[in-house]
Amino acid sequence: MRRLALLCALVALPAWADPTPADVQKVLQRDLHPRGQAGMERLNQDAVQRACTESRDQPPAGLAQSLQADQMKSISFPEGSLIGDWKRGEAIAQSGRGMTWNDKPGEPAGGSCYNCHELSPRELSHGTIGPSLRGFGKTRGAGADAQRYAYGKIYNAKAYNLCTQMPRFGASGTLTPQQIKDLVGLLLDPASPVNQ
Amino acid sequence: MKALVFLATLAVSSAALAQDAAKEIQRYREMIAEGSPAELFELEGEALWKKPQGPKNISLEKCDLGRGPGVLKGAYAGLPRYFKDADRVMDLETRLLYCMTTLQGRTREEAAGRVFGTADKPSEMESLSAYIAAQSRGMKLEPGMPHPKEKQSFELGRALFFQRTGAWDFSCASCHGQEGVRIRMQDLPVLYKPQAAKPVMASWPAYRVSTSQFVTLQWRMNDCFRQMRTPEPAFGSETTVALIHFLTVTARGETYNGPGIKR
Repeated sequence: MRRLALLCALVALPAWADPTPADVQKVLQRDLHPRGQAGMERLNQDAVQRACTESRDQPPAGLAQSLQADQMKSISFPEGSLIGDWKRGEAIAQSGRGMTWNDKPGEPAGGSCYNCHELSPRELSHGTIGPSLRGFGKTRGAGADAQRYAYGKIYNAKAYNLCTQMPRFGASGTLTPQQIKDLVGLLLDPASPVNQ
Repeated sequence: MKALVFLATLAVSSAALAQDAAKEIQRYREMIAEGSPAELFELEGEALWKKPQGPKNISLEKCDLGRGPGVLKGAYAGLPRYFKDADRVMDLETRLLYCMTTLQGRTREEAAGRVFGTADKPSEMESLSAYIAAQSRGMKLEPGMPHPKEKQSFELGRALFFQRTGAWDFSCASCHGQEGVRIRMQDLPVLYKPQAAKPVMASWPAYRVSTSQFVTLQWRMNDCFRQMRTPEPAFGSETTVALIHFLTVTARGETYNGPGIKR
């Protein structure tokens, strides 16, 4: 009898402990269902999501460095100039569409950039979760290094700052390489309103 | 030079425009504070509460929302809480669905088939939520907490709040975890802190001006998941209830003053 009571106590134990990211993932897998393009695989945390959840976005430096290096490997930089059309870039920056269960699969997504960043001074309705990018190209120029940094950061922001709130727009398949180039144009082209 | 002047004028006029819009919204809030559009939904909800429905052709008037069968006064302010008959923690909408299936004998598929309405046609759940929540106005939010399953639900809700997931790596805290930031022009309350959670939780469910719809907390959770680019949560699941429970416990002690008005 006593053994039975002990066994019950042991079985009940997990309910009392704080749920781990793996426990939460199981709950989500049970309670959510696929809809439209949003499939269940999106609930599987990768090493970045897990490290950021476990550390509340303050990962130990060593772990952050090694995971950032892994993320950097995910970025494939196109050959030649990375500066696309800033006008198309502005439209991509404005659009918050894409990747939700009611967005049509196959339709081009936006970058939701203005949700979090100030860019063109003409757009006053901008968020502040991310830093202001006004004048981005003025301070950095439009050289190869600046292009590479801007492209890489949009493609996979986690390669530069592991627990940033910014999505991995290229690595997640949200934006195409051409769309990312257009955003680089918006950021770096001297004619772009961002740099006026 | 001309272009510069034009730009400057544009900047000034759009700034003025943004200010005007904020003033306009404030004026609208004051105007409707005395006669909220939510009242129309409350009336519709009362009729639905009393309407015999389902195979058993009975109303919801015997539904126990935590204060005894049919007791509506203060019921909403005591939710979410643990219900022994269902052996789980439930928020208002989950409990209503439970009563629809048990008391009225309706199937879950039918009763939950259209929980989120449209501007033209609000859902039964939305109108019922308006009617029931209104009867907790002026009462303190006191969601269930001492029961082990309530504690477990709260802890799950907190863990869910910080879980980074989905195609864009977001957690609830990605938007609701930093002081003083906004998305576009929308201010973002830091919802794991009582100071910010209190006024928010004291005003849901609410009439949403931008869509002319009455919206509930289950809807709010659903639409946040959508924007987090995850799959869709089931209505009344442990996940959505735990999040609502976590937020309400964080806001506990605040006087309920809804159903409110949202942008």
